Amino acid sequence: MFDYHALLPEFILGATLLVVLGVDLAVAPRRRWLAGAAGIVGLLAAAVPLLTLAGAGGTREMFGGSYVVDDFALVLKGLFLVAGAIVLLASVSYLRGDRYYEGEYYFLILASIAGAVIMASSRDLITMFIGLELVSGPAFLLAGWRKGDLRSNEAALKFFLIGVLSSAILLFGMSLVYGTTGESTFAGIAAATAAVEGESAFVLGVLFVLVGFGFKVAAVPFHFWAPDTYQGAPLPVAAYLSVGSKGAGFVGLLTICYSAFAGARDIWGPALWILAVLTMTVGNLTALRQNNVVRLLGYSSVAHAGFILAPFAMAGAFEGAALQEAFFGSLTYLLVYAFMNLGAFAAVIAVAERTGSAEIDDWAGLARYSPALASLLGVFFFSLAGIPPLAGWFAKFVMFKAVLGDGGGGWGVALAVVAAVNAVIALFFYARVLKVAFMDPAPAVLPEGASASRPLAAALALTAAVTLAAGFYPQMLAFFSEAARALALP
Amino acid sequence: MGWFENGWGLSLIVFLPLVGAAVLLAVPRARETAIKAIALGFAAASFAVSVIVTILFDFGTAGYQFGTNKSWIPAIGSYFHVGVDGISLPLVVLSTFITLLCVIYSWNHWPEPHNPKAFLVLMLILATGMAGTFVALDLVLFFIFFELVLLPMYFMIGIWGDRNPMRLPGFRKPVETRLYAAIKFFLFTLFGSAFMLLGFLALYFRSGDAAGAGRTFDIEALSALGAEGHFSGTFAFWVFFALFLGFAVKVPMWPLHTWLPDAHTAAPTVGSVLLAAILLKLGSYGFIRIALPILPHEAQRWAPAIAILAVIAIIYGSLACLAQTDMKRLIAFSSVGHMGFVMLGISTLTDVGINAAIVGMVAHGVITGLLFFLAGSIQHRYHTREMARLGGNQKTLPILGGILGFAAMASLGLPGLAGFWGEFMALLAAYNPFAGASLALFRTAMVIGAIGTVLTAGYLLWMLQRVNLGEVPEEWRDKSFHDADRFELGAWVPLVLATLAVGVYPAIVFGATNDSVVDLVQRAFGG
Repeated sequence: MFDYHALLPEFILGATLLVVLGVDLAVAPRRRWLAGAAGIVGLLAAAVPLLTLAGAGGTREMFGGSYVVDDFALVLKGLFLVAGAIVLLASVSYLRGDRYYEGEYYFLILASIAGAVIMASSRDLITMFIGLELVSGPAFLLAGWRKGDLRSNEAALKFFLIGVLSSAILLFGMSLVYGTTGESTFAGIAAATAAVEGESAFVLGVLFVLVGFGFKVAAVPFHFWAPDTYQGAPLPVAAYLSVGSKGAGFVGLLTICYSAFAGARDIWGPALWILAVLTMTVGNLTALRQNNVVRLLGYSSVAHAGFILAPFAMAGAFEGAALQEAFFGSLTYLLVYAFMNLGAFAAVIAVAERTGSAEIDDWAGLARYSPALASLLGVFFFSLAGIPPLAGWFAKFVMFKAVLGDGGGGWGVALAVVAAVNAVIALFFYARVLKVAFMDPAPAVLPEGASASRPLAAALALTAAVTLAAGFYPQMLAFFSEAARALALP
Repeated sequence: MGWFENGWGLSLIVFLPLVGAAVLLAVPRARETAIKAIALGFAAASFAVSVIVTILFDFGTAGYQFGTNKSWIPAIGSYFHVGVDGISLPLVVLSTFITLLCVIYSWNHWPEPHNPKAFLVLMLILATGMAGTFVALDLVLFFIFFELVLLPMYFMIGIWGDRNPMRLPGFRKPVETRLYAAIKFFLFTLFGSAFMLLGFLALYFRSGDAAGAGRTFDIEALSALGAEGHFSGTFAFWVFFALFLGFAVKVPMWPLHTWLPDAHTAAPTVGSVLLAAILLKLGSYGFIRIALPILPHEAQRWAPAIAILAVIAIIYGSLACLAQTDMKRLIAFSSVGHMGFVMLGISTLTDVGINAAIVGMVAHGVITGLLFFLAGSIQHRYHTREMARLGGNQKTLPILGGILGFAAMASLGLPGLAGFWGEFMALLAAYNPFAGASLALFRTAMVIGAIGTVLTAGYLLWMLQRVNLGEVPEEWRDKSFHDADRFELGAWVPLVLATLAVGVYPAIVFGATNDSVVDLVQRAFGG
């Protein structure tokens, strides 16, 4: 029943949670960063068993197939752990500047990551739901971390209400699916689909589950909370929400759609087609009008959700290899997006500390007084825009390749054309930020903010290295998403 | 030298500049001499390797040489497949040659704000993108290099470009020209290349349908499939359209050319030179290397449309030149006309026409590059490009004026100089286009193109008259100007010599291209 080797990452994370709380109690306030350091060490330690598990190979099923450790789970667990470490690195100096509770902050981030790690393995409606709630619960608290700030309060409240609503919708959908199929494991649902496919209760259940996850990944029209929450939340938390929490939502969507609802692709495929087109278009067009970088990144992350959804949208028409490609496309996009978006947020944190503002116009002439920071900003923003030779091009490429796969016909081409036009629109707002930073004159009095602290610089260096290296040699990320294709597809 | 001929030679040409850029990043900004020397060293090394490749190149065969084909991104079936044949070799040498001259010219000509390090880093990245596009034989690799030039050029125009304000409809405040030009260049090109990418993917998927063939991005394999008539029907029509969008924006063909005058005029001198001399060729090269051989039937179907657009570009470009008051903008518009001749040559789909296109590309690169250098140096001295204010330049600056006269003569297609062959042979090819083409249409195109050459002569002579000849205006009479310095001459004299060499002995280019072109036409169009 218990496979201790397979569960070791979760155990290490659990132990780290306790250690972080303990460290926070034991050390003097000015040494509280040690709690963060312990968290990073714990995350990296939890990643070690992933390697040994990958080396051992094979699929490990537990608890009647509701908890599975396969290559897919390993890759995504690895992603969440690394993303968590990067977020913690980016948080340390930010928190010290604000003088709020530090230990609790690290604790909550780690708890949320533990939820995401659990989600990667869950192949059961109930486990999935518990994992998702573990991801979201701490995130509600984190969004409101700056309790003296009205915007932060608004962010947390909005996020909480929408989060609870979406959980309720998701749960309702799950209950309908369970009610009609009589199964809660994904394998069981997939097997029972054929018998209940025509039942409206089942169709409704599938759609409700999609809507529930739609809120989590901030797909249009369920996205409106995201920019407000990102802007109000502390910046590292916004980074976490846009990668960790959104990533968890996508993992849920990937596993549930491709394994549990594999037989119901004709239901969720067309629905997600509409969702993908709306999400990328609305996200990009709204981003054009933003003057605050964090809001801009908020809308841009909405738009990227649309790009990740695009291969899903065609799955209804795909079979065999093309379906595999679609799964691979979304997954690769998610991996690349995680690194470049975390990098973009880390760069924004650093620039905001340097200039004391997140309004785009206040960044004028950044390249004059802080060329290194400005260059990093350029790397991440152009990577998000998908310009070669930065990693983003590969994400866009596999997305297009998946969408145009066999059997897609006119719908696939139409989606690809919409995505192509969107990619051009997106360039405009990313380039606008860089235009201000590189081409506008610097103000007469230079801002006197601090330059990036050492942990933040480490986060920047790590994400920039991955973004550049994966741009020239995309196989290094594609390798992982290839491995993760192992998820049982029909 | 086995390693050299198995891809390493070409890899050195392509990646030496990129390594140079990385090295430059590590050098402190204040050490300018070191920075310049390093950049010069890497550009010269890249050029030297391309010369060695040319020397070792076997001119007797039509196939790809110096190639390699290594697995690069197995996940999507893309290979690091490079190689040169007679069509790409002249363009590879052209790109390394112009890059080297740009570094030499930059030695003491820095646009404001003064930052040689950043400028040279961007220039070297650009060099990698340009040379890489000409050697890539894999569609994904081609796409990467094709796009790699965007970022450096965007920053070059946007940071060091023209600071004069301009009014835009819909904007209350005037915008600086460089900002408008930079983003316009970026958006236009990205728009085209996004659709080009969709076209590439469509070819990839369709290539798998052939018996016994897996899906592939390989240009050689796709060309072979294309020659068999594998891509046809509405599918091929739309794929050709997608590729056309990508390449035509880059060339640029009328009516997609509107980014060009803005970008070329606003860019700093070196940026304009690189844009005109090499970046435009990426588009026309794409037509020859990808669109024609892979989709031969569509090329025939589209040829009349391309010919018409090319002729419109020739006439429109010339007329627009006649309306310019700004010298640099005039030269920019002249590119529209000259690239029209290149596209006219391509549209005939004959070996004469495609040879004309390549020699036209080389000639345009050399001559227009030189003209932009000169325009930059004139602006550097007079601080204006308004031709109404210039005049008597031949008296004020005899050497510079003389070279300007030479370049203008070359540009208008004077026999004996490089510009002649491309135009003459393109018109010749239009007289006798591919079998099955509408003779009336192509011969009308030839006649209109011939009128275009007259107009071309007209605006260039008119420019010479206003800039070079006449009395020195009051404004400049008592000023002292220094004539061309040694770095300027170092950049210009090689271009003058190249113009003469190609003009007097065009076999330098044809000798390389002809076999490959004949082979291409033979395979794709059956003769």
